[in-house]
Amino acid sequence: MSHWIIAPVILPAIAAALMVIAFSRNLFAQRFLSLLAILVLNGIALALLSAATSHGPEAYFLGDWPAPFGITLVLDRLSALMVALLAALALPVALYAVGSGWDSRGAHFHPLLQFLLMGLGGAFLTGDAFNLFVFFEVLLIASYGLMIHGGGEERIRAGLHYVAFNLVGSALFLFALALLYGVTGTLNMADLAVKLPTLPEGDAALLRVAAVMLILVFAIKGALVPLHFWLPATYANAPGVVAALFAIMTKVGAYATLRFATLVFPPDLPATGLILPTFLLPAALVTLGVGALGTLGASTLPRLAAFAGIASMGTVFLGIAQLAPASTAAALYYLVHSTLATALIFLVADLLSRRRAHLRLDAPSPVAQSGLVGSLFLLAAIALAGLPPLSGFLGKLLLLDAWRDQAAVVWPAILVSSFLMILGLSRAGSLLFWKDGTETPPPAPAPEPLALAATFALVAGLAALTIFAGPFTDWLAATADSLHDPQPYIAATRLGVAP
Amino acid sequence: MEALLASAIGVLTAVGLYLMLRQRTFPVILGLTFLSYAVNLFLFASGRLALNAAPIIGTRELYADPLPQALVLTAIVISFGMTAVIMILAVGGHLLAGHDRIDLEDDQSQDPEARA
Repeated sequence: MSHWIIAPVILPAIAAALMVIAFSRNLFAQRFLSLLAILVLNGIALALLSAATSHGPEAYFLGDWPAPFGITLVLDRLSALMVALLAALALPVALYAVGSGWDSRGAHFHPLLQFLLMGLGGAFLTGDAFNLFVFFEVLLIASYGLMIHGGGEERIRAGLHYVAFNLVGSALFLFALALLYGVTGTLNMADLAVKLPTLPEGDAALLRVAAVMLILVFAIKGALVPLHFWLPATYANAPGVVAALFAIMTKVGAYATLRFATLVFPPDLPATGLILPTFLLPAALVTLGVGALGTLGASTLPRLAAFAGIASMGTVFLGIAQLAPASTAAALYYLVHSTLATALIFLVADLLSRRRAHLRLDAPSPVAQSGLVGSLFLLAAIALAGLPPLSGFLGKLLLLDAWRDQAAVVWPAILVSSFLMILGLSRAGSLLFWKDGTETPPPAPAPEPLALAATFALVAGLAALTIFAGPFTDWLAATADSLHDPQPYIAATRLGVAP
Repeated sequence: MEALLASAIGVLTAVGLYLMLRQRTFPVILGLTFLSYAVNLFLFASGRLALNAAPIIGTRELYADPLPQALVLTAIVISFGMTAVIMILAVGGHLLAGHDRIDLEDDQSQDPEARA
């Protein structure tokens, strides 16, 4: 099994390089290769998922260098889950790009998509903090290309914001890593977990600064208020299909926060203690509120979708902030759900953009095929607002249950923000789809079966998440337990033992 | 030497932050570049400062930590590439919009499809 751990990184890299070198002008070959690579990635991800479930954490030593010296990839239940989610999201997104013709509106859509998958896969699998930075940069530089795919003035100027914001984030990340290395002399995550409790007390202040800076970086990626300002303009101006794929990019921030808060800076580490939950809880609550208010005030459907994405990140971080197994499991469930739901609403917005004169909410305009797109919007809205019967409701219920101790603060935040989102989404739905019967709808666009199939695949994913919620939450509970007991993870990296 | 390096990092960061808050794209990119210089020096210093030391164990009594040097090299390459990307975006935005202000208009025109 062990060599397969690096496959989610190598496979997209090879596919992307092949597309650029051999098929740079052959869109058909690019589409075929891209879909094939993603299908294979899905297979590998499922195999990794079952291996991580049955064997526990497993490390892969690049170049056979022993753990603290070389780069280590670690496959555990959480990283396997994230890679599987990535592969499961990439398939409908790539299908949609092919079906809607987005990939023909500019050069190199599919190679950039594959490089993005490579960066994301690497970020989920790596067990080395500096390597995490490198994979962040790989996925960011691919996302810069995807974000401005298709061009246009607004898109390129919004892209500039996105790049500038992330360059500041990268600089902060490097400052934090340099502090960590200066204090401990290692950047291997498992080695950090072993060395940090033994540090002299004089280094505790430096360590706290490093921890807070790292969390700030992950909060930028995860669009935690007040570091969310890059997200609405970026997601609203990116091509719809790219915005759908970006639904998992904010989750990288949540993943990295969870990994560092459980492995490197656990609550029982004396130097940092409860410093991370202290920051994360209020930030998550405010994020939830800002996202919900944003859906109420958004001027266009893509902006509304972006703010709904921010609210869902607030919910995920709310689960992470407690740093207890039950709430972590709830956060993971909501993370999977919100990735699919956010992607779905961006795809629906893109479908609607070809059936309505514009996507502004203030000016009425007739909609072609309003029954089809309207029902898809309704499903996406149910999922995002957390109404039954879809999985968002279950996710929020799990979270409410996990926060029973501090119900006075957390419950009103979740419930009121859900109510605001219902208001915002139903307001948007009626403004977009309500007909006065006098106007003739525009002609329906050319049929796009692949794009519709991709959208329905996301709906099916949400439905499966609801139907199999029982076994899935059991699995997630075991995953959360293993996160809060990192000894097997550390043992898997065999620190200091020649492989 | 420590005081000199520390103040250099501090000044570079301050200059970078100030320029980043300007409202034209060119100063913002310059600011990001200054910030990346500061980061590179800081990374370099994380392996402790040593004079006349080779980054190889056993050749001399005093040796320099080779890992931060490798990290700095990686960081330099990445920030170089990122600066190139943001330059292209800035030039493209300037050519398309006819001005190089960094702020986006906060009117109803956020959606590119609506404007097309």
